Amino acid sequence: MSAGSLTILVVDENRIRASIIEAGLRDAGHLEVTVVHDVAGIAKRIAEIEPDVIVIDLENPNRDMLENMFQLSRAVKRPIAMFVDRSDQASIEAAVDAGVSAYVVDGLKKERIKPILDMAISRFNAFSRMARELEEARSELENRKVIDRAKGILMKSRGLSEEAAYALLRKTAMNQNRKIADIAQSLVTAAGLLGPLEGE
Amino acid sequence: MSMAHEITAGFMPLFDSAVLVAAGEMGFAAREGIELKLQRETSWANIRDRIAIGHFDVAHMLGPMPLACSLGLTPLASETIVPFSLGLGGNCVTVSNAVWDGMTARGASPDLDPARAGAALGALIRERAGAGSEPLRFAVVHPHSGHNYELRYWLAACGIDPDREIEVVIVPPPFMADALAAGRIDGYCVGEPWNSAAVAAGTGQIVTVKALLWRNSPEKVIGVRKVWAEENPDALAALLRALHHSARWCQDPANRGELAALMARPDFLGQPAAIQMPALTGRLQLGGGVERNVEDFFLPFDKAANFPWKSHALWFYTQMVRWGQLPHTPQNLAIARDCYRPDLYRSALKPLGVALPGANAKVEGALKTATPVGSAGASLVLGPDGFFDGQIFDPDRVDAYIAGQKRA
Repeated sequence: MSAGSLTILVVDENRIRASIIEAGLRDAGHLEVTVVHDVAGIAKRIAEIEPDVIVIDLENPNRDMLENMFQLSRAVKRPIAMFVDRSDQASIEAAVDAGVSAYVVDGLKKERIKPILDMAISRFNAFSRMARELEEARSELENRKVIDRAKGILMKSRGLSEEAAYALLRKTAMNQNRKIADIAQSLVTAAGLLGPLEGE
Repeated sequence: MSMAHEITAGFMPLFDSAVLVAAGEMGFAAREGIELKLQRETSWANIRDRIAIGHFDVAHMLGPMPLACSLGLTPLASETIVPFSLGLGGNCVTVSNAVWDGMTARGASPDLDPARAGAALGALIRERAGAGSEPLRFAVVHPHSGHNYELRYWLAACGIDPDREIEVVIVPPPFMADALAAGRIDGYCVGEPWNSAAVAAGTGQIVTVKALLWRNSPEKVIGVRKVWAEENPDALAALLRALHHSARWCQDPANRGELAALMARPDFLGQPAAIQMPALTGRLQLGGGVERNVEDFFLPFDKAANFPWKSHALWFYTQMVRWGQLPHTPQNLAIARDCYRPDLYRSALKPLGVALPGANAKVEGALKTATPVGSAGASLVLGPDGFFDGQIFDPDRVDAYIAGQKRA
């Protein structure tokens, strides 16, 4: 093991996020990175890998099991503490906010661990942002679909033009202080309940 | 509508979060001027971390967990206090069908009797050891849990050394039944509905219950960040009153259906109402078609279930010492004693004029029958609270109790 390189284990059931972390670690010059998606048999893996740092996502329901193993298991030859340093409250908060926790073997210097944790935090945050943007794009698409359907119902049942149908939806939304997509959804639901209006 | 207090509370998807969940969802918190924000979590470690850094003001916690936090036993330790207990009992010990077959061949019968089941398990364990088999593996939910301590207490009292003759591992509650079915573990101690889940799946047998190991014994609590409690005494008192009303509602048999339907929602327990009924009624399917009715199986309110007895905290402390989690020192003992706060419970509930225990601690295991106790005006019934092996825990004689504890 070279002086700058640490052995790092990433435990994350989310494969995409895990590979983003892994790539970040490799970019930072850490070549000894192992990624585990499933905690089954992890004690054996830890015994083989002897990681200096273990990075786990907070959503992993097995954190209690893993922490207990770090403290007690014979598989873990060196005691593993949590986070960088208990005194570094800002780092701890940033990590929990980002949804990541890190465990390091006792005795490792803070300066060596800090960049790894910072990288993990920023990549976790980037992943959340990406997931959120994807979700927004998806719901935007859904909204557009439901508005199109609502417009179609109005055009058919009230003989409106497309622009007039949209204007009616928009006016109703403004009057009720709701989103156009919500009004459209209500209309589509109501039309569904009232029968074959929408059916071709 | 804007509320006087806003409180964020973490909880785990377990049935015994019911009092906290119902406080938020059935209007008890709102009536006390609290907007209670409930946040479901995936591990006790997350609850500990989020309370430590202030994401949560209060949380559903394992009874020994605030002690572990305050004693610095956990990675991210913070001072956490207990002003309210979420109930008594509620756990079972479940074993695989193979282990149960081995136990019945050695004298166990499906009657939940801890001594008889323990003797049969001990015989099975020793025969397996003689044959060179791998030790049986039992799971609990957390090292600092009532489950870990009561499983170990039971085994040790039956002559089984839980550190040497079996292996104790940690498994999250919702995974217990699957782990048992897959043969990764041979048995476990967990709260409901995760025992009934294994019985319903035909992959496990309930061999004994917490209510028979130590009747009316402590389980989950409300853990509160000490700093928050000191800065927000009015909010805390209002919360304790809301929890009190919620607990009374949860205990009432007339509300069982509504409570089970509430907990069945995916954002809470997320398990079918039917499988929650054993916890509510005490009528357990043990496996093999045998049904047993367990008195005081789980009490969310009765028998002063919400009172944070210092003797409960101190008993947990003696078990931490017993199993090598920390040394017994006057300092540690004092931290454990100060962690549970009956004074806060009492001062919050005093305006309600309800029955309150007069003492902060009691001798555990001394009440052989249900006993009315003198309290602030109204009547209150405690106990029975016996340990299955007849031991008594006197909180004034902690040193002697610790000295007398055997590892097996």
